[in-house]
Amino acid sequence: MSKEKLAGGKKKDRWSKRDTELAVLTVPTVIWYICFCYFPMFGVLMAFKNFKIIDGTKSFFYNLMKSEWTGFKNFEFLFSSGSGALVVKLTLLYNIVFIILGIVVPVCLSLMMSQLYSKRFGKVAQTFMFLPYFMSWVVVTYFVFAFLSPDKGLINTMLVNSGKEAIRWYQEPKYWPVILVFLSQWKGMGYGMVVYLASITGIDGTLYEAAMIDGATKFQQAVKITLPLMKPVIIMMFILAMGGLVRSDFGLFYQVTKASDSLYTVTETIDVFIYKMIKTQPNPNMGSAAAFLQSVVGCGLILLSNWIVKKVDNDSAII
Amino acid sequence: MAKTKRKMEEDPEVLSKINRVKPVTNIIFSAIFVILALTCIIPAIFIVVISFSSMDSINEIGYSFFPTSLSLDAYAYLWNNRVMIGTAFLVSVFVTIVGTVIGLFLTAAMGYALSRSSFKLKGIYTVLVFIPMVFGGGLVSTYNVYSSVLNIKDTIWVLILPLAVSSFNVIICKTFFKSTIPQSILESAEIDGASQMRTYFTIVLPISKPLLATIGILLSFSYWNDWFLSLMYISNTKLYSLQAVLMSVEKNIEFLAQNADTMGASIAAYATNMPKEPMRMAMAVVIVLPIACVYPFFQQYFVSGLTIGSVKE
Repeated sequence: MSKEKLAGGKKKDRWSKRDTELAVLTVPTVIWYICFCYFPMFGVLMAFKNFKIIDGTKSFFYNLMKSEWTGFKNFEFLFSSGSGALVVKLTLLYNIVFIILGIVVPVCLSLMMSQLYSKRFGKVAQTFMFLPYFMSWVVVTYFVFAFLSPDKGLINTMLVNSGKEAIRWYQEPKYWPVILVFLSQWKGMGYGMVVYLASITGIDGTLYEAAMIDGATKFQQAVKITLPLMKPVIIMMFILAMGGLVRSDFGLFYQVTKASDSLYTVTETIDVFIYKMIKTQPNPNMGSAAAFLQSVVGCGLILLSNWIVKKVDNDSAII
Repeated sequence: MAKTKRKMEEDPEVLSKINRVKPVTNIIFSAIFVILALTCIIPAIFIVVISFSSMDSINEIGYSFFPTSLSLDAYAYLWNNRVMIGTAFLVSVFVTIVGTVIGLFLTAAMGYALSRSSFKLKGIYTVLVFIPMVFGGGLVSTYNVYSSVLNIKDTIWVLILPLAVSSFNVIICKTFFKSTIPQSILESAEIDGASQMRTYFTIVLPISKPLLATIGILLSFSYWNDWFLSLMYISNTKLYSLQAVLMSVEKNIEFLAQNADTMGASIAAYATNMPKEPMRMAMAVVIVLPIACVYPFFQQYFVSGLTIGSVKE
C-alpha cells in the first residue's frame, strides 16, 4: 500500500508519520488476512468452473484460471445428486433447533443463576459448566462412547441389568437427533451463560429496588426489567448465530457419531457432505458448488437478519 | 412499606436480602445447577476411572464407575509408546505456544490500529476485518489454497497459521484498547517523541495484560483442541498432535502397537495383549489433564476479559 496514494485520497489530513508506523505494525496481520481469508474467497470461482489440474507444477490459481467455465452445471449436478435435499433439510432443521435452544437455554440459566443466594456457589457451578466448552469434539467422542458403547457402555449395561434389551446406539438413527441436540447444548451453555450473565450484572440495581417497592414479584422483575435490558446482547448473539444457519459443526456430526454410515439419515449435514466430497470424489467441483452456496447463503442470512433487526429496532443492529 | 424503605436507605445490603426469590425457588435453582455441573464433570471422571480399570473388570461388567479391579496397564502400555506420544505431545505444545504468540501479536496489532480513531487506514482495515466474519471461501477452495498456493500442507505451519487470527478476537482487542487506554497517555507519549511502535510495546501492551491473557487463553485452547487441521492437511505421522493421535486411536488402536516399543514380542502378539479400551481412555486423559489443570486458574481471567471486550460501544 503506497502511502502517497492514500495521502492524496484524503485531502483534509495529510498522511503522517504516525500512520506509517501504525501501517507497518499491522503489515503482518494484513498479509495474514490476504493469504488465509481472501485467497480462499477468490477460489470460490471454482464453483463455476470445471476445475482440472492442467499443469501440476503451477499453483491452484493458475490451474483455476485455465480451467473452463461451466456456468451453473456444478450446481445442477449438486441438486440432482439425490442427497442434496436431505442435506439441506437436516442442516436447516438442526440449526433452527440449535439457534432457538442456544438462546433460550443460556438466557434462562443465567437468569436463574443471577437469583441464587450464594454467589460463591454460582461461580463454582459456572466453572464446571464452562468446562465442556474447552473440550474438543474428539475428546467428547470418547465421553459419549463410554456411555453408549454397544457392548461395554454404561447405559447398555444398565439396560441389560434391568432386564431390557441392549441398544446398538451407533446403528440406530432415531436416538441421535436428541443426543446431538443435547451435546451441542451441553458444550455451549457455559459460554452463553458468561455472555448473558455479564449483561445481567451490568444492570443498574436501583431499577429492581424501584420495582420491588412498586410490588413487582421476582418473576415480573425478570420479565419486565432484566429481559428487555438483555435484548441488545440477545439480538447480537442471534444475528451471529443466523450466519451459522447453513453451517454445521463437523466435529459433532462426523466425529461424535464415529462417522457411522447407518446414521447417515440423521447426520448428513452440509459440512459432513462437503468433507466426504473432498475425500471420496476425484473431482471437487460439486463440493465447491456446495461450499459456494454455503458461503453465499450464510453471508446473505447475516445481512438479512441484521436488516430486519435494523427495521424493528435500529439500536440493536450490529452492522 | 415505609419502614422497610427507611431500613433500606440505611443499609443497601438489606434490600438485596428482601428482594430475592423465595427460599424454595433458591433450592430448586441450586439443585438444577448441581445437576448441570455434574453432567459436565462426570464424563471426565468416568474416562479417568475407565483408564484405571483392569481388562478383567471391563470384560466382566463393562465400563463402570466402580470397576471390580484396578490396573495401571493402560498407562504402562502408553509408556511403551512414549516416543510417539512424546513426539505428539511436543507437536501439541509447540503448536500451542508458537501459535498463541504469533496469534497474539497479529491480533493485538490490528486491534490497536483499529482503536486509533485518527488512523487513516482505519476504514479500509475495518472492511478487511469485517468481510471474513460474514463470508468465507469454503472448505474446497481453502483446501486447494493451503495445499497448492501457500504450500503449507503437511508442514507444522498448517497447524499454526490458519488459527492465528480471528476477526472476533480483533474486535475484542479493539474494544478493549478503546475503552481502557486513556487517550491522554498516548498523546503525551507522542508529544515526548515516542514512535508508535514504542508506545505500543512499552505503554499499551503492558497495561493490557488482562486482555492479552484472555485472547491468549482462547487461542491456546483452540490450538490445543484442534484436530480438524490435522485431519485435513496432515498425513505425516511425525506431525501428529495429541488430538490427531487420539483420532487415529479411535479408529484403530493397533496403530499404537505399530509404533510401540514391544519389548521383543511380535507386533501381533503385543496388539492382542494390549488393554485396548483403557488405553483409548488413557489417551483421552492425557489430553484432558493439561486443560483440567490449567483451566481453573485462567477461568476467572477469561470471564472478566470476555466481559470487558464484548461490551457494545
